[in-house]
Amino acid sequence: MKALQIADKIFHSRLFTGTGKFSSPEVMEAAILASGSELTTVALKRVDVQNKQDQMIHHLQHPHIHLLPNTSGVRSAKEAIFAAQLAREALETNWLKLEIHPDPKYLMPDPIETLKATEALAKLGFIILPYIHADPVLCKLLENAGTAAVMPLGAPIGSNKGLKTLDFLEIIIEQSKVPVIVDAGIGAPSHAAQALEMGADAVLVNTAIAVAGDPVAMAKAFKLAVEAGRMAFEAKLGKTTNHAQASSPLTAFLNQL
Amino acid sequence: MKTFKSVFEQYNWAEVAQSIYSKTEQDVQNALAKPHRDIEDFKALIAPAAIPYLEQMAQLSHALTLKRFGRTMQMYAPLYLSNECQNICTYCGFSLDNPMPRRTLSGSEILKEVFALKAMGYDHVLLVTGEANKTVGMDYFKKAFEVIRPHFSHISMEVQPLEQEEYEDLIELGLNTVLVYQETYHKEKYKIHHPKGKKSNFSYRLDTPDRLGKAGIFKIGLGCLIGLEDWRVDSFFTALHLDYLERTYWQTKYSISFPRLRPFSGGFVPEVVITDRELVQLICAWRIFNEEVELSISTRESAHFRNHVIKLGITSMSAGSKTNPGGYAVEPQSLEQFEISDERTPKAIAQMLQQQGYEPVWKDWDISYDLPKNVG
Repeated sequence: MKALQIADKIFHSRLFTGTGKFSSPEVMEAAILASGSELTTVALKRVDVQNKQDQMIHHLQHPHIHLLPNTSGVRSAKEAIFAAQLAREALETNWLKLEIHPDPKYLMPDPIETLKATEALAKLGFIILPYIHADPVLCKLLENAGTAAVMPLGAPIGSNKGLKTLDFLEIIIEQSKVPVIVDAGIGAPSHAAQALEMGADAVLVNTAIAVAGDPVAMAKAFKLAVEAGRMAFEAKLGKTTNHAQASSPLTAFLNQL
Repeated sequence: MKTFKSVFEQYNWAEVAQSIYSKTEQDVQNALAKPHRDIEDFKALIAPAAIPYLEQMAQLSHALTLKRFGRTMQMYAPLYLSNECQNICTYCGFSLDNPMPRRTLSGSEILKEVFALKAMGYDHVLLVTGEANKTVGMDYFKKAFEVIRPHFSHISMEVQPLEQEEYEDLIELGLNTVLVYQETYHKEKYKIHHPKGKKSNFSYRLDTPDRLGKAGIFKIGLGCLIGLEDWRVDSFFTALHLDYLERTYWQTKYSISFPRLRPFSGGFVPEVVITDRELVQLICAWRIFNEEVELSISTRESAHFRNHVIKLGITSMSAGSKTNPGGYAVEPQSLEQFEISDERTPKAIAQMLQQQGYEPVWKDWDISYDLPKNVG
């Protein structure tokens, strides 16, 4: 299978993971290792960046795992830009998952502030992966602003509802010049497979793994689903039809001429 | 501008009570079957009609909480700064008419308490005072924030209601969350329990969350005291309040508490008692009604109750709490606001949580998120 390139990094796994909601740092570590994921988000608000012994960071120290600091909790571009600079310094990476949600109930991303922050952060040399609505126009604007990828949501974050934004994701994938990572709402391995089959470059999964009965086994299931989905995409799926096409009632007359 | 008061005044206590008590098992079944519940469903879930459905409610509440909050529990501790109070509240140990030594911590005393809390692992602190505006007013709070802010990522406050501009000033200094419980939404009962002091103004307290919302606060904690009036009706009004606030101040986060009145040194005996079973019903009803709201449980509750209730919808808890100013380090032997029930240390609570498959979360905010306000 083709590796995925985002900015200067090559990823062999197209499954990105999150670190929230796990029952312990040990379970989190085991699940992320089982997933094969090479990119995992870390909420800046959850880690103590001054503390070298921070449990979450400590359990993510594996050579193949890159950290993707996220700005979860910020409500404006200004706050995001400030938090991003702190994250870059503390975690020694210029990669950033840009999350700006002024709405603390459904954690809906703010498109206007996200675009503003992307423009500013790109100029500061950040590799930005913004969390956004499945809005094709916004994706093109973000490309112009210098984003490294786009992360449209499949469904409300944490909802496990799957690809509710399917029609818009199709347009985004068709038009995009940067990698498309489906983020949020992926609740089952079948959802992840579906996203890869339709051409998404990767998916980001957190809740579905973290709150599963067996997070490690679920992480493995997602790994396999993502591989299967990508393999199917590269193998080119056959067309789907609803019925057999035996006769052509509207054009058959042409043969009688 | 419209506030919650105008919504509140459209309701009549007796009619609400009548409506809750006439809910049927069918209403409960309908509420449980729906994907999202409204306030009428909440009435059904807190009604006596829902008691036979408690296990089903508990399982649903657990599943919804797991989906939203995962296997985590937010940890916080109260820091009592002062027990001076000009109010008479019939149920509170700090009441003006309760003869007890009064104390307001100085800056250096606050720092001692801060270090004691940091040593326990805390990063989220809840500042608590009585209401003594001359000695413990804005000037005092501003000085206290200077001392406390550098040591905690998240600062909550449970003090007298303030003006919008005062809240704005404190938010600038690092205030994240304000808890303001209406105590009871029964206006006449409120007057009986708060006969003297600024707190006797029911409406000013009722509109405090509006002032907080307008000031742009990050989180507001709501609740009613259980023990003053019918908890079902009071809980309905709390839910109505939350529903209004979520629609109006949609950028603010909310949490709910269920403080059961506890005995204190003045000897108040609660007029209304809620059983453990009913409190579980109430907690589950809240979660099923609102999947995103934070639900908090304090050390007022017993160890046995807390051990079991953490899986039923609770998302934040305190541990090792002292409810007297200086209780952690300065003067541990002084009189408390109320007797705590669960006396286990934060470490013991953390172990209990881990044994149940939950991660205690000490840090869930970063001080850097509050800095852009200050750097302009």
